[in-house]
Amino acid sequence: MEVFLQTLVAGVLKGGLYALIGLGMTLIMGVMGIINLAHGQMMMVAMYVTYVCFNYLGLDPYLILFISVPALFLLGVLVQRYTLNPLLKVESLLPENQVLMTVGVGMVLTEVARFIFTSNYVSVKTTYSDATFFLGGVSFSVALTIAFCFACALTGGMFWFLLKTDLGRSIRAVAQDAEAASLMGVNAERIRTLTMGLGAGLVAAAGNLLLPIYYLFPDIGGPFTRKAFVITILGGLGSTVGAILGGVTLGLAEAFGATYIGMEFEDMVGLVIFIAVLLFLPGGFKRLTKI
Amino acid sequence: MPSAKGETMLRVEGIDVFYGDVQVLWEVSFEVREGEILVLVGANGAGKSTTIKTISSLLTPSRGRILFQGQPVHTRRPFEVIDLGIAQVPEGRRLFPEMTVEENLLMGSLSPAAKPRRAESLEWVYELFPRVLERRKQAAGTLSGGEQQMVAIGRGLMARPKLLMFDEPSLGLSPLLTEHIFELVRKVNAEGLTVLLVEQNVHHTLAMCDRAYVLENGRIALTGSGDELMSNDHVREAYLGL
Ligand SMILES: Nc1ncnc2c1ncn2[C@@H]1O[C@H](COP(=O)(O)OP(=O)(O)OP(=O)(O)O)[C@@H](O)[C@H]1O
Ligand SMILES: [Mg+2]
Repeated sequence: MEVFLQTLVAGVLKGGLYALIGLGMTLIMGVMGIINLAHGQMMMVAMYVTYVCFNYLGLDPYLILFISVPALFLLGVLVQRYTLNPLLKVESLLPENQVLMTVGVGMVLTEVARFIFTSNYVSVKTTYSDATFFLGGVSFSVALTIAFCFACALTGGMFWFLLKTDLGRSIRAVAQDAEAASLMGVNAERIRTLTMGLGAGLVAAAGNLLLPIYYLFPDIGGPFTRKAFVITILGGLGSTVGAILGGVTLGLAEAFGATYIGMEFEDMVGLVIFIAVLLFLPGGFKRLTKI
Repeated sequence: MPSAKGETMLRVEGIDVFYGDVQVLWEVSFEVREGEILVLVGANGAGKSTTIKTISSLLTPSRGRILFQGQPVHTRRPFEVIDLGIAQVPEGRRLFPEMTVEENLLMGSLSPAAKPRRAESLEWVYELFPRVLERRKQAAGTLSGGEQQMVAIGRGLMARPKLLMFDEPSLGLSPLLTEHIFELVRKVNAEGLTVLLVEQNVHHTLAMCDRAYVLENGRIALTGSGDELMSNDHVREAYLGL
């Protein structure tokens, strides 16, 4: 029972971060209609930003959120503006070309990171990286708990923004009918650029929060792009609530897989769930939640 | 400032419009005057929606121009047209299906002219359509066709436009509801809104309009007052089946 609870807690905490990754991916999916295959690579860039600020400026990793998130927002905006929007203007090109472009962007980001930082593993060790506290006999990682709280706050803030502000509603409107939105006075191109920025900012927050308990090397992007993809499919493409459920599900699946089957199966369990959902619940959790 | 009734508000001057290589409109010219109900009738595929879309700048004419109160419209981008005071209730409603009815209405009032009057406009729309008020928290995609049309019209009104264009608002509605929608068009027109109404429901619309144009195969074939067209032999034969 103790082990079970412990695993549950670890899974939910990690799931909070995964939700953040999935939320960004889902926003982009909904508005652009494409899978951003540079998502994990953007997270990797954010982790290096965090690493540099921590190592060379001596800033607290949580304070660095105020640098890494805006930095990645900017990167997302630039990627959309200069690599994806131009493709949208060529009518003969299919949306698939944008997806290919994100693959290219991901590769460039990875190789630039390798060029600057080499392929070595680095990490950010803080005083609380390995600290834990106990609650009812279950141990909580301090860093992961803080990360989870940040993730919840960011997710909550994002929902408030999407549901209660004109800009947030405009993002949803463009996702649902871009032409009708433009009749309402919404500049869809600007919304797309903003959305890519927000998606990159969200995954940046996840990467930044993850770094104190993780390690970093240039190729870490790929696996996280895959995770983001799995979360988005689990949630039902473009569904924000689904992305959160998908994130927590993947976190739990990995935690239980690691505990009850073996560490080396952590990733496999996630993929098995992914395939099971595709087979038995195509459309993901969106089918159940309807949003 | 509202200009005198009868002055030209929108002037479409000799526009040619293409979809890719296919020409759909040929030298289409007409005008909408301040305060009137102008009707554009035509058969399926005549180019009515194309005309409306071109006025909203979703399509760009390859020749000719469109002026609204003297200002060029055809050079603007689609999202800039609503700021001039031109709104449209598009064919097929085009609501945001996963947003609530109220959110759809709010989307209608993003322009600088409409935003400060949002609360007032919302009340106005709910007053015109009590049914929409009942459904305000419901996802727009789950409404019936008639209810969706009411929301689409409400969303257009939320923009507080000077000119409101309706593209076949009666499409798929029962005769009773069609009657209700047309009555509403007359009502908002009486309150001072200029209306450009596109319809296949020729009987009804010619009776209620000030003036009408007949669009045939992408060209303006006829024009006149509603009464004149109703007694026109060609119109009677081709559109009224008399
Ligand atoms: N996106 C498009 N691409 C190519 N051709 C189009 C497109 N949209 C419309 N057309 C063509 O342009 C012509 C005019 O279409 P339009 O939609 O303006 O007709 P309409 O008068 O509104 O007809 P309806 O009463 O059926 O709505 C038709 O022949 C149609 O096939
Ligand atoms: Mg049409």
